Amino acid sequence: MAQVTLSNVKKVYAGGVEAVKGVSFDIPDGGFCVLVGPSGCGKSTLLRMVAGLETISSGEIAIGNRVVNQIEPAERDIAMVFQNYALYPHFSVYDNMAYGLRNLGTPKDEIDRRVREAARILAIEPLLERRPKQLSGGQRQRVAMGRAIVRKPQVFLFDEPLSNLDAKLRVQMRVEIKKLQRALGVTSIYVTHDQVEAMTLSDKLVVMNAGQVEQIGLPADVYRKPASKFVATFIGSPPMNILSGAVDGPGIVALGEAILEAHDMRLDLAPQMAVEVGLRPEDVEIASEGQAGSLPFEVEFIEELGATQLFHGKLAGKPFVMQAATGEVAAQEGRLWITVDPAKVHVFDPQTGARLGRADGFS
Amino acid sequence: MVEDRRLGDAIAYIILTIGVLIVAFPVWLTFVASTWDASTVINGQMPLYPGPYLLENYNRILFVGTSGTTREPVIGMMVNSFIMAMTIALGKIFISVLSAYAVVYYRFPFRMAAFWIIFVTLMLPVEVRIFPTFKIVSDLNMLDTYQGLAVPLIASATGTLLFRQFFMTIPDELLEASKIDGAGPFKFFKDTLLPLSMTTIAALFVIQFIYGWNQYLWPLLVTTKDSMQTIVIAIKKMIVTADALTEWQLAMATAMLAMLPPVIVVIAMQRLFVKGLVETEK
Repeated sequence: MAQVTLSNVKKVYAGGVEAVKGVSFDIPDGGFCVLVGPSGCGKSTLLRMVAGLETISSGEIAIGNRVVNQIEPAERDIAMVFQNYALYPHFSVYDNMAYGLRNLGTPKDEIDRRVREAARILAIEPLLERRPKQLSGGQRQRVAMGRAIVRKPQVFLFDEPLSNLDAKLRVQMRVEIKKLQRALGVTSIYVTHDQVEAMTLSDKLVVMNAGQVEQIGLPADVYRKPASKFVATFIGSPPMNILSGAVDGPGIVALGEAILEAHDMRLDLAPQMAVEVGLRPEDVEIASEGQAGSLPFEVEFIEELGATQLFHGKLAGKPFVMQAATGEVAAQEGRLWITVDPAKVHVFDPQTGARLGRADGFS
Repeated sequence: MVEDRRLGDAIAYIILTIGVLIVAFPVWLTFVASTWDASTVINGQMPLYPGPYLLENYNRILFVGTSGTTREPVIGMMVNSFIMAMTIALGKIFISVLSAYAVVYYRFPFRMAAFWIIFVTLMLPVEVRIFPTFKIVSDLNMLDTYQGLAVPLIASATGTLLFRQFFMTIPDELLEASKIDGAGPFKFFKDTLLPLSMTTIAALFVIQFIYGWNQYLWPLLVTTKDSMQTIVIAIKKMIVTADALTEWQLAMATAMLAMLPPVIVVIAMQRLFVKGLVETEK
């Protein structure tokens, strides 16, 4: 078991493209860190640098107390699960799991014991003699996990391991990965573009964009207090609504005609300064017409999600989405009056996208 | 609907049968001619069924030799042809699998240049470079040797290209997984790449064995001794004889024998093809 430390890690490709622009964070021993971001944000490159499959242009990566920059992948004491599983097609499931240990010169009976134990944990014992092509997607996923487990590595690396599975299996495997990681207590780094996976799996969430870290924190904190407009719109589904407004006074923003209280807003902002106001679809509440702080919302159409309904429409001239439990709001088009809890109003700088939150860390 | 399909099937079978007959008839004729005596073949009234001289003709051609220009028995030439074809086929596979591995998996200076030079040799078959090649082989004292017969034909780009295309379809993750599993370049090649290439190797073997077996011009140049001749040359020599009658029944028997090894290779390798196609998956 080990902690993983990244200090100012950069990746510059031969053409001068900077894929990772100086990333620093650490993952405590046994932690589950998820790197999330849109495609091309550098998250996979970062993971591959930890694995040793990409060279590190500058900065340092340490596993435990050992800097691994110059160490071969096989000697880093890691195991990786690939998106397409990368099982050896000509080996049986057993050999797929045993191959790495054989290369390490592990004694035969030790290999056998570890492979059978991993197979038992993953419930793939009956499949040990099969070839990968005789397995379903979910079973291949398990074998790939098994290949990682038998190594008893210090760090697990997952590169979008669930994206080739169907939706139902993905949810099931997500839960299993989390349980497994808890049970084994192995430090893990998990790359995904799926924000639901990111929220549910991580105990440390790293949101990346354009080669840089946007925010690091507990998933709940990232969700409740996104550090930037990018994080705010990336984490959460449906994404946060962003409206244009202006500062109207300390803790008060104006959205066109309407006035909205925002508790977590810097108090030193100049009046009339343009800001962007973020409201989560699930934080919106129904108000009565003319109620103080209420906003008029023109509903254009309604999406049924079963337990909830999404109301799409316009608010202050911008597209807006509201989420409500089915039956809570009459599902009809037309004008609705809504309000938002002042504690759940997010304010961002329109230029930099940074959160304009209170310095005392109001929450 | 069912009736229609039966009719379609029947037509397809008729066309296929006609095709098979057209292809097979000359082969049958060759076989029949190899089972009669010389006079029956030559008088133009040869029956279309096998005659009584099968054992005699084959025994003579295999172990005694003709009375014409080529006096060596054919068995020795078959051995020569076989050694040459095997050396060419295996040599080509060995060289091309290694060069393709280098071109696809290693990053070295002038990698693409190396690849294109190999590629360009596709346009330079033996026939084009025959004089320089002959000069080199003769300077190296390799005339009338197996090395002289086979080595110049081993170098060719076809195999390298074939393996390169195949290696490019193998996902990079497999290499990366091997790296993490502690397999070095040689181990990856031996444990993963070669087993996955078995079908390609089988295909290349069939093609190159037949290519080597059917060589005519090159063996004609580098062999002068009768004992080093290949069977293809033997057939040619048997037929063109200015001062004697062609012993057609023996020439035909030789042709039948010359056909045999390639047919065996194709049939044997076909099984491997199918097995490989069913079992491998990238």
